[in-house]
Amino acid sequence: MRPETPTAVSRPLPAWLLAIVPLAFLALFFGWPVVRIIARGLSSESLQVLSRPETWRVIGFTFGQAVLSTVLTLLVGLPGAYVLNRYAFPGRRLLLAVATVPFVLPTVVVGLAFRALLPAAWVGTLGAILVAHVFFNYAVVVRVVGSLWAHLDPRYEQAARTLGASPWRVLRTVTWPLLRPAVLAAAALVFLFTFTSFGVVLVLGGPTTVTLEVEIYQRTAQLLDLAGASALAVLQIAGLGLVLLVSASLQSRLAVGQKLRADPTETLVRPRRPGQRLLLVGVLATILVLLVAPMAALVLRSVRVDGGWGLDWWRALDSIDAGTTRYAPPLASLRVSLTYAVVTAVLAVLIGGLAAMAVAYARRGARLLDTAVTLPLGTSAVTVGFGLLITFAQAPLDLRGSWIMVPLGHTLIAVPLVLRTVLPVLRSVDPRLRQVAGSLGAGPLRAWSTVDLPLLSRALGIAAGFAFAVSLGEFGATAFLARSDAPTLPVQIVRLLGRPGDQPYGAAMALATVLMVVTAVVMLSTERLRGGHAGQM
Amino acid sequence: MTAAAAALTVSDVTVYYGTRLLLDRVGLAVQPDEVVCLLGPSGSGKSTLLQVIAGLQVPASGWIRWYDEDMTAVPTHRRGFGLVFQDPLLFPHLDVGGNVAYGLRAAGMPRAEAAGRVEDLLALVDLPGCARRRAATLSGGEAQRVALARALAPHPRLLLLDEPFGALDRELRDRLAVDVRALLHRLGTPAIHVTHDIVEAQLVGDRVVRLSDLTGGGGAPV
Repeated sequence: MRPETPTAVSRPLPAWLLAIVPLAFLALFFGWPVVRIIARGLSSESLQVLSRPETWRVIGFTFGQAVLSTVLTLLVGLPGAYVLNRYAFPGRRLLLAVATVPFVLPTVVVGLAFRALLPAAWVGTLGAILVAHVFFNYAVVVRVVGSLWAHLDPRYEQAARTLGASPWRVLRTVTWPLLRPAVLAAAALVFLFTFTSFGVVLVLGGPTTVTLEVEIYQRTAQLLDLAGASALAVLQIAGLGLVLLVSASLQSRLAVGQKLRADPTETLVRPRRPGQRLLLVGVLATILVLLVAPMAALVLRSVRVDGGWGLDWWRALDSIDAGTTRYAPPLASLRVSLTYAVVTAVLAVLIGGLAAMAVAYARRGARLLDTAVTLPLGTSAVTVGFGLLITFAQAPLDLRGSWIMVPLGHTLIAVPLVLRTVLPVLRSVDPRLRQVAGSLGAGPLRAWSTVDLPLLSRALGIAAGFAFAVSLGEFGATAFLARSDAPTLPVQIVRLLGRPGDQPYGAAMALATVLMVVTAVVMLSTERLRGGHAGQM
Repeated sequence: MTAAAAALTVSDVTVYYGTRLLLDRVGLAVQPDEVVCLLGPSGSGKSTLLQVIAGLQVPASGWIRWYDEDMTAVPTHRRGFGLVFQDPLLFPHLDVGGNVAYGLRAAGMPRAEAAGRVEDLLALVDLPGCARRRAATLSGGEAQRVALARALAPHPRLLLLDEPFGALDRELRDRLAVDVRALLHRLGTPAIHVTHDIVEAQLVGDRVVRLSDLTGGGGAPV
């Protein structure tokens, strides 16, 4: 039940006051950089990059690999969404959790896991990128489509069968139309993620697999062609805007109002027929080979030394490069990353929390504010990083080489997640509770801090966990912003990978294992805080 | 009443819900063009029995016969038994006409011919000219009548009605009950009508039986 619109009595502070800080932050660190990118990208010097044929090859490849990744992920993910949500078998819940793990892993870890798993000849091919994208986005399909599939009222299908429809016809004419909005939503998300994929492509790709993101990065970091990079970033922003528009209009057109079941576990089917068993085995094999094997390969590769086993690469984490002043030892990155993650969590919870309150208590403009805060998530991390880089490298605000640049970029990406986590909880608090507190003599602020805040504390904790994890694994923006003497874990891993020799390669695998474990621990503790409920993504 | 004359014969059907015995050796015979009303308190397994007859649920033991033909292993869509649920469950992605035509199209009837039949069926349930309306715009009573038309469209050999008026108010319920009885007799379709309402049962049924009288092997004309 939605509580009524809050009245002046029940609002702790006016919404516009709450919105000031988030909006100012957003305008300064996202709005202004985007304007700068566009201004710079539309200059005649920048637009020359569009006349080069290789630019169009890059655009074509970016689009093509995203389409292929999306189709493949749906093909592999839909049977998983079905089996994991409609069949009763021991270990179902555990498998659902396992299937979700890859999605929260840092992209760099995903890239390294497939470097460890796939034969060397695969590295640099489109195939390697596609497989990694399916690995990464399997959870999107299983969660987004699966949650609807689990709640689909089975009696629609039963009604169709009693009308003489064969199982195949039921699937085609009833199940599919009812699921279509969720499939579309999942497809849009997967397309978005793979269209802007950076870490995976950088680690697994080669000279023939350059995406827009990688091209923007290389033009900035290696060719120092900021004008060309800006033009490509404008293309990227326009392309993403188009994708979001198309998917939003398709989804609203195909939406169906249907009865959903409250308790999905009630009618789980025990797989009895040979076909059902085959499907179950197929999904189990997929999860084992596609999801578990890469993570296992990463760990194993980190202890694989000269055909035997050993901890040499792990020991190297603390000693490699010792004695040179060029880089800190790899393990120092752990402290850098953890520090940034703490700063990000604090900033993101503060700004995202204020934004959520403003959205929840606003009488007008709530949707607009919600959309504005979510925008950085809809653009690519590379755009966020690139924009910050070109905007704050000069007066009036020169932050070049300042450590705060990295947490700022991470905060922009984490704030939308904080908003999505906190807002539903904030909206579920009955405003009459605050009115009761008011009638007992508490002022608006006191009423809010004694009624809402305690109810919110868990959501804020979860949001902080998400922000922390996002910061740990973020690579797209960080690649532009990290100081060379203070690399984060993902940056350090990619650096090690780029150096010749067995030792840096092994150390990269060991460091990626560290990042994978730390991320998993943070996400698992956060999930625990949530109380075992798998919420919206 | 002999087994040979019965259209539908249910014998010794046993169903467990988890470890609980829900249906214990249930037996029932339905004559051609007979409307049987099945009474029982909620949770007694009436709906489950219909599910077993429709082939939507597999019984632990027992069998279902249509005249001399064993239907126990025949999949739902080849049984030719129509089912109307307590909720209308109209397909939300189709309009009223699309819902009523669903079974006709599944049977391979061309679109144009099906559209003509749909008009006849909607007239039959007193909703002429509604084919283009969206399912969501119907009232509860209208939606349930569309569901009835949808179930009748493919000419089911047997109609199963699972408390079809349970969600409606008293007055509407009695009116529909009379309508349905007249309709079933006009079509000559045998039916099993499940309800927990004795008034409704007497309005609709040629014969009223209690589920408790059919269990334990008592009602089985084997």
